Formats: sequence, C-alpha cells, structure tokens
Amino acid sequence: MQAQEPLTILIAEDSAADRLLLSTIVRRQGHQVLTAANGAEAVDTFQKQQPDLVLMDALMPVMDGFEAARQIKALAGEALVPIIFLTSLTESEALARCLEAGGDDFLAKPYNQVILAAKIKAMDRLRRLQATVLQQRDLIARHHDYLLNEQRVAKAVFDKVAHSGCLSAPNIRYLQSPYALFNGDLLLAAYTPAGDMHVMLGDFTGHGLPAAVGAMPLAEVFYGMTAKGYGLAETLREMNAKLKRILPVDMFCCATLLCLSFQSRSVEVWNGGMPDGYLHRMASGEHVPLPARHLPLGILSAQAFDDRTDVYPMAVDDRVFLLSDGVIDTCDANDQLFGVERLQQVFAANSEPDRLFEDIEQALRDFRGQARDDVSMVEVSLLESTQAHGAAPVYSDSGQSCPLDWSASFEFRGATLRRFNPLPFLLQLLLEVHGLRSQSGAMYSVLAELYSNALEHGVLGLDSSLKRDAAGFARYYEMRAARLEALQEGFVRVHLQVQPRGEGGRLVIRVEDSGKGFDVARVMQRPLDNVRLSGRGISLVRQLGHNASWSDQGRSASVEFFWEIEA
Amino acid sequence: MTVPNVDRDVLDTLREVMEGDYPELLDTFLNDSEERLSNLRATKDADQLMSCAHSFKGSACNMGAVRLAELCQDLESNAKDKSPEALAQLVADIHSEFADVRPVYEDEKHHAHTH
Repeated sequence: MQAQEPLTILIAEDSAADRLLLSTIVRRQGHQVLTAANGAEAVDTFQKQQPDLVLMDALMPVMDGFEAARQIKALAGEALVPIIFLTSLTESEALARCLEAGGDDFLAKPYNQVILAAKIKAMDRLRRLQATVLQQRDLIARHHDYLLNEQRVAKAVFDKVAHSGCLSAPNIRYLQSPYALFNGDLLLAAYTPAGDMHVMLGDFTGHGLPAAVGAMPLAEVFYGMTAKGYGLAETLREMNAKLKRILPVDMFCCATLLCLSFQSRSVEVWNGGMPDGYLHRMASGEHVPLPARHLPLGILSAQAFDDRTDVYPMAVDDRVFLLSDGVIDTCDANDQLFGVERLQQVFAANSEPDRLFEDIEQALRDFRGQARDDVSMVEVSLLESTQAHGAAPVYSDSGQSCPLDWSASFEFRGATLRRFNPLPFLLQLLLEVHGLRSQSGAMYSVLAELYSNALEHGVLGLDSSLKRDAAGFARYYEMRAARLEALQEGFVRVHLQVQPRGEGGRLVIRVEDSGKGFDVARVMQRPLDNVRLSGRGISLVRQLGHNASWSDQGRSASVEFFWEIEA
Repeated sequence: MTVPNVDRDVLDTLREVMEGDYPELLDTFLNDSEERLSNLRATKDADQLMSCAHSFKGSACNMGAVRLAELCQDLESNAKDKSPEALAQLVADIHSEFADVRPVYEDEKHHAHTH
C-alpha cells in the first residue's frame, strides 16, 4: 500500500466515546484530527481550519449533520471536501438524506478501522482528482485568455498593416468578418503614384495565426511597391518570390489583384486560384467572369511564375466584384455547396446594385440557415479621375543633400523593355529633389504616359485606335503581349534635366523612342479632353506638365515641371 | 467469567486500537452512558427518546454492547408506537442491561491498568 500523505480530518460526533474512538483510529493512521461535538461547531471549525475531509455524525444536537454538511459544502465552493457520514441509520430514506445534504460516503457503526482507512484513501483520491481538474480548468482558462489576448494584439497590428491603404475610398465597398484575417482572408487597396488604384483580395491556406502571418510580408510588398510606382506584374513577382521563400510548402495564398486605371478607364486583372471575379457591365447587365488563370502565390519558383494579366475596358458605373471561397463553398445541412450557379442567380435577381452584398448574404442565410464568418466580398468601381487622390508620402530626410543641378540619360533596349519597369526607379531619383515632391503624382503620371506611349506606340508600333471598343481593347493587349515577347531591338530613351532657377528650379523630361513617330499636328488639333479610351495620352501630358512638345515626327516628347522654394 | 451480551472480539480490537487510551475510552463510555440513562428516564417525549436512543445505540454498538444496542434500536424505532407503559418497561430494560454489562467495562479498566 502506498504511504498516504497526512490529511487534516474533522470529526463531528456528539457521543464522547465514539468521538474519542474515531479520533484515536484516525490519528493512528497518520492524520491530523480536529473534533466537534455538534453541527454548529463543525461548521465553525471548518471555517477556521479548512480540513481536507469531514467525518460527520448525522444526528447531533444544536445543528444536525445534514445541515452542517450543506453549509460546509457551500463554504468549500468548487473544491471537493469529502464528507463521510458516520451512521447507524438503517432506513434507506435517512441514507438518502445524507447524500442529498452533500455526503459522499457512509461509515457504519461499529467502526472498522480497515474500512475507514480505505474510505479515507478513496475520498482523498477523489479530492485530489477534483483539485487537478480545477487546476487544469483554470490553466486552460488562463491559456485561453492568453491566446485571445494575443489574437487581439495581433489583430490590432494586422489591422494597422492591412488597413493602412485606401479601403475607405469612395469607389470601394467591402464586407469582411472582423476576424477575417484569422480565416486567412486579406483585403488591400492602395493608390499608385499616378493615381491609379491597386486592389488585392487574398486567401491564405489554413486558419488562425498561421494563416495570418503570411499577410504581413504580403501587405508590406503590396503597399511598398504600389507606392513606388511598380505595376501589377512586378508586384506579383515580388509577392510570389517572397511567399515562396518564407512559407512552408503546404501554405500559399490564392489572390486576385486589380489595377484600376481611372485615367484610361480600364481594369487590369490577375487571378491566381481565387473563385471567378466578375466585371459587371451596367450598360448591358452582363457579368463578365474574371477566372483564375494562374496558380496561387507562393507555389511556383520565380522562373516559372506567370505574371501575365488581362485588361478590360470599364465604364464609370461598371463594377468589379471579387469574393472569397467562403461564399461559394458555404455548405447547407446536407453538405451541398452554395456554388457558382446560385451566386449567378443572385446576380440575375439583384435589382439594386448597391444591395448586392445584402442579397448575397441573404441568399447564404436562406441556403444554410446561418452565416459563415469567413465570407469576404469586395466591389470596386472607377473614380472620376479627378476624385482620385494618392495619399501624400511621408519623407524623413532633411533636404540638406538635395541635388539641384544635374542631368541624366537612360536608354532601355530590346530585351530589357520586355520585363523591366524603369518608372519606379526614375521616380525615386526625381523625388530626391525636394521641390518636386509635391508634384510626384502629376510627374509620375506624365512619365508613365510618355514611357508607355514610347514603348507601345513607338517601339511596339501598336495602333491606339484599336482600343475603341471592348473587343479591340482585348486585341490590343494580346498584341502588346505578343510583340513584347518577341521584342529584340528598339529603344526608349529617357533624359532628365534638373536646373536651379531663381528661388526654385525646373525639370525637363524628354522621352524618345525608336518607332515610326506620328502626325503631331493632327493629334495636337484635337481638343483637350479628360476621357479617352484611345489616343496618345497627349491631353493628359499637356494638362499636367508645362510646355509639352513633340519633335522628330513625334518620336521625341518633352515636358517641363517647375517649382518654387517653399518657406 | 462468563459475560453475556458483550462481544469479546470488539473489546479486543478496541484495546488494540486505543492502546494506552483504552481506560479513558472505557471511562468516557461509562460516563456518557450514565448521562444518557438519566436523560431517558427524565423524558416522556417520543422525539427526545428517539434521539437519545439513537446516540446511545451508536456508542453501545461501537463498544460491543450488543444487547444494549438492540434494546436502544427497539426504542428508537418504536418510540412513537408503544404505549407509555411499554416505553417505561423498555427504558427499565435498557437500564438493567447497562447495569449487567457495566462490570465488564469496569473490569476491562482494571485489567488494562494491571498490564
């Protein structure tokens, strides 16, 4: 028999001889004994000395054992203080009363010390079991609180990262559960320096914190590269490479990225592993699917990754709708999926476009009876280009080393033009000039326009008039991709010249290409206009920059920016 | 000495369990019993008779006084049903049974002391 740890045992018994006998037996078994001659004394002693176990006579003067047992159990609370009733009671009704009062066992007179020892031991086991259970319950509760707190802190950090963009822009509507990030869903949006908007809806494999951690680097890349003027292709390549490097093999991120171009009224789409998005054309009522054409981010190597995008023309009231698989993978009670067809039925039945989310949610509730917490939906439309405002970047340098008198020329040739986007690099260089920083949006827009004109119409010889209708639009971008892929020669030159001028300075941007040029006089005759699907963006350049001019039969474009020293 | 109505085995066990405290236990039992007997004689109230008989039965049982315990059990169980005469008779029987066994415990005490 295992040696038992000594317990403190309270003996409540009104008969002096029985009390003496029992005390002696219990003490001989190695326990410490407290005694009480009636129920009231027993409760009092219990309160003062908190014994581990109570031996309680049922019938006692002043307060009987039943009442004393009830009070002691109440005082003990959650801890188990076993009460063994000492009884010569024989009627089953009286025994039942002992149990009802909280008794855990009986000991009949005459006392048998072997049985008493066994009972004390058994009760002690129970008592310890209960203590362990309570301890573990409290431990689990503490861990749970700890985890919840960690999640709260993590959510606060993630919210800062995920919501530092422009999700509150007037052309974005979205619906996400507050803990969507912990379901692996991620929604990001940011303005490019040119005033376009990048939007990303992502869905990491897995749930909880592991699904959320990948969101941090992804958001960093998204915001960082978008702010620097990188396009979807470069941003996607960087995101893919980063996730591939840091995530375990079984983790990846399905994602749809959009570039909404308010100026050219188009949307560029890359969908890797997400459910079909939809371009809802308000004029025709049709829903053009934007299907996944790629594997999710974080799977393919940098070499194998495919950054090709699709470009669609968009009217001002058209909408792009993206959703997470939480919507179409919602199951009903019979494990039936909600599915794409039901979603399209909701589209068809939707009479108020602004109530589409509500209609979808209602359909999900009708289908399943309850809403899932991992449903993410986002709908974006175009802003009038004047509505788009990039957030002003924050600079931390003092300006003491600002370069004010320099010029630089770059020539980008053949194969480099295929993949390399020099614009972010050029913009960074120009932003070293403090006086130009307040015009970074206009400067970038002009630079981007001149560069893409030089590349697409000049080097690649694409005819912008193709973009008159949706079919031509698609054709244009197919040809662009094909000619770029085949490009061997040709060049785009960018000359930058910065000069101090009075209290401020002047920047001259000149962009040349190796193309065939165009009829400058004819194009310049057209009135300035904001809205265009085709054309050489000449209106834009003339509006945003100064002294815009074309020479060498349109192969060389020049535009100037001025600044004054701020106080 | 032949002693009816006391379980010798119980006494042996008690002696073994109590060791040096055995005489004290015997004294306590005898004093306790005297008190309970006078309580029994002092009341005609059925509830008080029952409760007193119950306690007395318990310690008699523990001390091996088999017949005494039986008489107390009878009183406890039937206090409400018996006639006052029958109750008085039962209390008298308990009294005389205690008188019969008392010398056994007295003797045990001396016996213990001489060891």
